[in-house]
Amino acid sequence: MTESVSKESSLIADEGLDKGLARLTSEKIEKTIKTILTNETGARLKTYVSTCVHCGLCSDACHVYLSNRDPACSPVGKIKQTIWEIVKKKGKVDAQFIRRASEIAYTECNLCRRCAMYCPFGIDISYMILIVRRICHKLGVTPHYLQDTAQSHSATLNQMWVKDDEWVDTLQWQEEEAQDEIGDLRIPIDQEGADFFYSVIAPEPKFRAQLIYQAAVIFHSAGVSWTMPATPGWDNSDMCMFSGDNEMMGRLKKAHFETAMRLKVKKIVMGECGHAFRSVYDVGNRWLGFREPPIPIIHSIQFFYELLKEGRIKIAKKYAKTVTLHDPCNTVRGAGLHEMIRMIAHETCEKVIEMHPNREHNYCCNAGGGVINCGPPFKNKRVENNSIKADQLRNVKEQGAETVIAPCHNCHGGLEDIIHTYKLDMDLKFLGDIIYECMEKPEE
Amino acid sequence: MHAVYNFVSGPLLWVSFILFFGGSVYRIVSMVRMAKKTDPVVYHFWSLKYALRSIFHWIIPFASENMRKQPAMTIVTFAFHICLFIAPLFLFAHIILFKASWNISWMYLPDTVADIMTMIVIGACIFFLVRRLKLPEVKYVTSCSDYVILAIVAAPFITGFWTFHQLPGFRIMGIAHILSGEIMLAAIPFTRLSHMFFFPFTRGYMGSEFGAVRHARDW
Ligand code: HEM
Ligand code: HEM
Ligand code: SF4
Ligand code: SF4
Ligand code: SF4
Repeated sequence: MTESVSKESSLIADEGLDKGLARLTSEKIEKTIKTILTNETGARLKTYVSTCVHCGLCSDACHVYLSNRDPACSPVGKIKQTIWEIVKKKGKVDAQFIRRASEIAYTECNLCRRCAMYCPFGIDISYMILIVRRICHKLGVTPHYLQDTAQSHSATLNQMWVKDDEWVDTLQWQEEEAQDEIGDLRIPIDQEGADFFYSVIAPEPKFRAQLIYQAAVIFHSAGVSWTMPATPGWDNSDMCMFSGDNEMMGRLKKAHFETAMRLKVKKIVMGECGHAFRSVYDVGNRWLGFREPPIPIIHSIQFFYELLKEGRIKIAKKYAKTVTLHDPCNTVRGAGLHEMIRMIAHETCEKVIEMHPNREHNYCCNAGGGVINCGPPFKNKRVENNSIKADQLRNVKEQGAETVIAPCHNCHGGLEDIIHTYKLDMDLKFLGDIIYECMEKPEE
Repeated sequence: MHAVYNFVSGPLLWVSFILFFGGSVYRIVSMVRMAKKTDPVVYHFWSLKYALRSIFHWIIPFASENMRKQPAMTIVTFAFHICLFIAPLFLFAHIILFKASWNISWMYLPDTVADIMTMIVIGACIFFLVRRLKLPEVKYVTSCSDYVILAIVAAPFITGFWTFHQLPGFRIMGIAHILSGEIMLAAIPFTRLSHMFFFPFTRGYMGSEFGAVRHARDW
């Protein structure tokens, strides 16, 4: 058949991809692919490739395809351009092919798994895209910005090159700030035997330290026993899971779980991040050989839900603006927390309007899966490739929604760009923002 | 002509049955064994309850979101798959042959019903063909083999219909019919038509992951 060329194939310049490309030889490509296909894949890949009946029914699942109507961006279209060729040619593909495959795998698929709910066979496209990423990682053809975060992970065990003393400084600084509001508030550092260890992603101390402050106020008000570690292992994020660096992903998860063990806590509660949850709950634990995480992992959505349900935090006045809810794939399609998000929203907000489709069927923000972490070179494409999300938001805005609640850091990044570019003029909030704003706080 | 007929309806038929049954067993067993070695995760996370929950939502018409979004495709594909199984298995002409060879028989369909079912299958194949040619997202992922597979599936129904209605050249068509039926049977295990066996596995695995781990629906 003729090679159809995607509209997207006007390649976007990226230092990581272009330099990686220059180092490739056909022998290296073939050898690397063969090694990965034989050692790391098998029945699943084979069955998925030979069972797919090329029916295209998965197309309507993908926000990228729904946004640009380019068949090359449908889930199966992306698979056709990557893994089918790789399998068919047994690795005898050229450098340009790898360049394009890498761009598809890292920047045109969010691994959001919506297509698995639309394919009649439940073929797992995101699993196959991850194999492509694994190959690209091994070949050293990864987007520059994404690779930088992965590098940071391997050097510092956190995503943002946060130094050990900076980390502790930030916690103490937020504690001081919060003490202006609540005099006896503490951010307990390295407290062995606390009930839980609160873990966050590195962008929190780096750019959004007030989120740690807010969490501290919520925990303090609820009177729970918690701690944050003083050592590396505090960061739960994981760009290595998305870059294809499984070994490094394993190291990160191990450090995270071991930190919990060292602190002798009963569970880990984690901040409002989707991909980090996936990495500890679904992917990283498996790489380390645990069927379930070795220690209970509770996402903030669930933790807040429990605090509200048990009456440990009370709402003083409801959030006045009308809100809408963005369901993050990794905690909704990934963990079924959607009804909890709704319970929290209804408890804390005057009026909630649903976007459609919602819950498991929600469209991804197009930031997830490491796509936003591929940085500025791909930003325009990322925003253009999610006009369907903009339509969805515009629709609820017309019905009066002013605030979007998105309990996920990546979603925030993605939605922020969408709201800005499509001039939607809506506020973006975490659940923690809303709870902090509306709850009863202890008197000074 | 008679010799050809005897050959096609005798030894070749055996060959096709052996390829079909043997091939099917081989494909399933080798997949299951390979998975034990290469993808033990499937065994660790397999959950019968959630596998069945998912499978049911995908074998009942309109029980999944995507089926509701694609009503024409849903109706056609269900009609197609149902007739595809029922028509040949309960066809009077086929049962007669079983009776003659092995003296076994079961209930059969009235001729008009069989005729209608045959036409449904042929019509559905035309629908699939048009989809492949017209819808950009289907066209993009279509390769020659997809047309060949459609032809392999349509052929026994077209030729069977031809023979049954004694249209011109039906004697040759009769032979072509048997041959094409044999080709289809033999092709099932070795082409994408093997989706028939793998459907419960792929769907069931995804259902298990969604149901037991991710606490979410997958339909
Ligand atoms: C799995 C493959 C096969 C399929 C799907 C198939 C299907 C059909 C169909 C649709 C008809 C016509 C029914 C009608 O229009 O009412 C038919 C008739 C017939 N088939 Fe098959 N068939 C298959 C294999 C075979 C084989 C292997 C044989 C012989 C060994 C065979 C022998 C016949 C005969 C003798 C007729 C009747 C023709 C007549 O009445 O003159 N079929 N078949
Ligand atoms: C229980 C067994 C089977 C199941 C669950 C099944 C399921 C499916 C599904 C889910 C599709 C996807 C597209 C659609 O919805 O039409 C499909 C397509 C198809 N099936 Fe099956 N199938 C089965 C058996 C068979 C058999 C035995 C054949 C033929 C020998 C067959 C021939 C086809 C063809 C030709 C298509 C492709 C339509 C196209 O070209 O788009 N199926 N099947
Ligand atoms: S972005 Fe989501 S829906 Fe689109 S192909 Fe990737 S996993 Fe599937
Ligand atoms: S819906 Fe499933 S079978 Fe159909 S093209 Fe997409 S992946 Fe393949
Ligand atoms: S960033 Fe949000 S919407 Fe996008 S994949 Fe992650 S969880 Fe899903």
